[in-house]
Amino acid sequence: MTPTGSTQQASRHAELGLSDDQAIDMYATMLTARKFDERNLLLQRAGKINFHVSGIGQEPAQVAAAFALDREQDYFLPYYRDYGFVLGVGMTVRELMLSVFAKAEDPNSGGRQMPGHFGHKKLRIVTGSSPVTTQVPHAVGIALAAKMKRKKFVSFVTFGEGSSNQGDFHEGCNFAGVHKLPVIIMCENNRYAISTPLHKSVSGNIYERAIGYGFPGIRVDGNDPLEVYRVVKEARERAVAGEGPTLIEAMMYRLSPHSTSDNDLAYRTKEEVDEYRAKDGVQHYKQYLIDCGIWNEEKDAELLQKIRAVIDDATEYGDRAPFPQPESVLRHVYAEDDREGGR
Amino acid sequence: MARMEYIDAIRLAMKEEMERDEDVFVLGEDVGVKGGVFTTTKGLQEQFGEERVLDTPLSESAIAGAAIGAAMYGMKPIAEMQYSDFMFPATNQIISEAAKIRYRSNNDWSCPLVIRAPIGGGIFGGLYHSQCPESVFFGTPGLKIVAPYTAYDAKGLLKAAVRDPDPVLFFENKKCYKLVTGEVPETDYIVPIGKANVLREGDDITVISYSLPLHFALEAAEELAQEGITAHILDLRTLQPLDKEGILEAARRTGKVLIIHEDNKFGGIGGEVSAILAEEMLYELDAPIMRLCGPDVPAMPINPPSEKFFMLNKDKVKEAMRQLAQY
Repeated sequence: MTPTGSTQQASRHAELGLSDDQAIDMYATMLTARKFDERNLLLQRAGKINFHVSGIGQEPAQVAAAFALDREQDYFLPYYRDYGFVLGVGMTVRELMLSVFAKAEDPNSGGRQMPGHFGHKKLRIVTGSSPVTTQVPHAVGIALAAKMKRKKFVSFVTFGEGSSNQGDFHEGCNFAGVHKLPVIIMCENNRYAISTPLHKSVSGNIYERAIGYGFPGIRVDGNDPLEVYRVVKEARERAVAGEGPTLIEAMMYRLSPHSTSDNDLAYRTKEEVDEYRAKDGVQHYKQYLIDCGIWNEEKDAELLQKIRAVIDDATEYGDRAPFPQPESVLRHVYAEDDREGGR
Repeated sequence: MARMEYIDAIRLAMKEEMERDEDVFVLGEDVGVKGGVFTTTKGLQEQFGEERVLDTPLSESAIAGAAIGAAMYGMKPIAEMQYSDFMFPATNQIISEAAKIRYRSNNDWSCPLVIRAPIGGGIFGGLYHSQCPESVFFGTPGLKIVAPYTAYDAKGLLKAAVRDPDPVLFFENKKCYKLVTGEVPETDYIVPIGKANVLREGDDITVISYSLPLHFALEAAEELAQEGITAHILDLRTLQPLDKEGILEAARRTGKVLIIHEDNKFGGIGGEVSAILAEEMLYELDAPIMRLCGPDVPAMPINPPSEKFFMLNKDKVKEAMRQLAQY
């Protein structure tokens, strides 16, 4: 968020068509994602879970994008740091915790996949894998279905800047551009591919690659959720109007290490991390809400308490929930009867 | 019932399935206006329009990946790989994605996708228009793999593949396109995936094969019958899942088994068929299991003597069959 005068700020979310409640809901969602993430780091350090891959610093853009989409219709193909995004489109903290503890009831994978490998058909969150950026052509294929079936939904896909170098990103962009498909392709540029910094990973600018594919490419400050909201909403309007894809490059910073198996200070300095921590979009957005006169420290404390209770409950629930039966390993390789997708 | 070429049977299957279900569509390189480089999709765009017979960019991973996305939405895509040699860029999409979508989502999502790819040599295609890549995908749970030999099976298996709830690789043999003809009903039928088929009955030796080499085996069997050697010939039709019962039954008929495929021998499907026989009926065998396969070289060269050396033919197959009979 760019700090500006309060009277001008007060109208920003309203100008975008967001009510005060929605603006606050966005904040609550990004704060929930942040606190969920922090809890997982603790759980891993305490030996309660094996692994966590973090999205700290990326929540404002993720949540803003979720709010800008049609959460009743659109299809979502998030990548493994998108806790804020999936919470934004309706996944619950309990559902996320069931995945973290790899329990049978986990809607993402029934405890089969690593945490962060989202999937939830009822919410149209499309199942994902670990080889990066394979989801871009999937999003393109779903958008192709939207076009063929004359449906007014879009597909929205995210990935990191490191994986924007994969062939599937380029093949998917070109395919979507040729057929003018309703897909929004958003790169969450957090400046690191594990340890490899942006300048050793990406030649040129990612958003400018869209020029080569013949559709708009937009760079946006990922720490400014209202700006991300605006850009995604416009991209969605273009998509449903039949004007084709949009590439969005949201600039942000991965404040946490790549995962709980990573020591990030081996390849970057504390000073650098602190510099970006000062730009943390969650804190700036909170200040924005306060400046608008619709938020205060008292409400913030209440919200934090509420979030803590939700996460405590989810942690307890996830921890206690049963693991899958060992023999269930053998199930769902293929459809087990005719109701499972054949016709 | 009409007599038609193998390639016509494949085309007819697509046409009928597209007429039956508006969610079935074809995508691939040059499949539309041109009707495919082999004419497999000829006439389909005229009948069904540009959207349902979609010319794609030259981009195999995107063809497979977009088809996977559409299938997850609920469409029934038939993705064409122009040559199976060119499907390797799509291997990550096929093995890491399509094959695992149902499993990794604990049955929440599914991927009812067909990928058609022409296999095999003998057409002066050189290293990269002749390969048999079955063994690359074989052994990937979550995939089904079919490889028809007869025109009847080509139609029936493709229709079954389209209706299947899971991803199916349909390996059609490009040498068979015009070489193989047969009676094909112009009515609706399917050939079930996972069932082998006895093409010829005999009592002296059992030949287990799939795709083009069956052509040579049938010709050889005809000639060997004149010498008093009768061959029992099993067409696997589906490579994954293998029809274990069908394999054991055919092997028990004679107690002597020859496995034939054009894909190279080491790591090929014949190894798995042999293992099934060894595990289940070793002491019922009257001779060591024999395999006749493509040589273990990267792929077949284009010059005619080399291609001829690489390819199976009636004489090579007949000689192997006779050897086994005389064991």
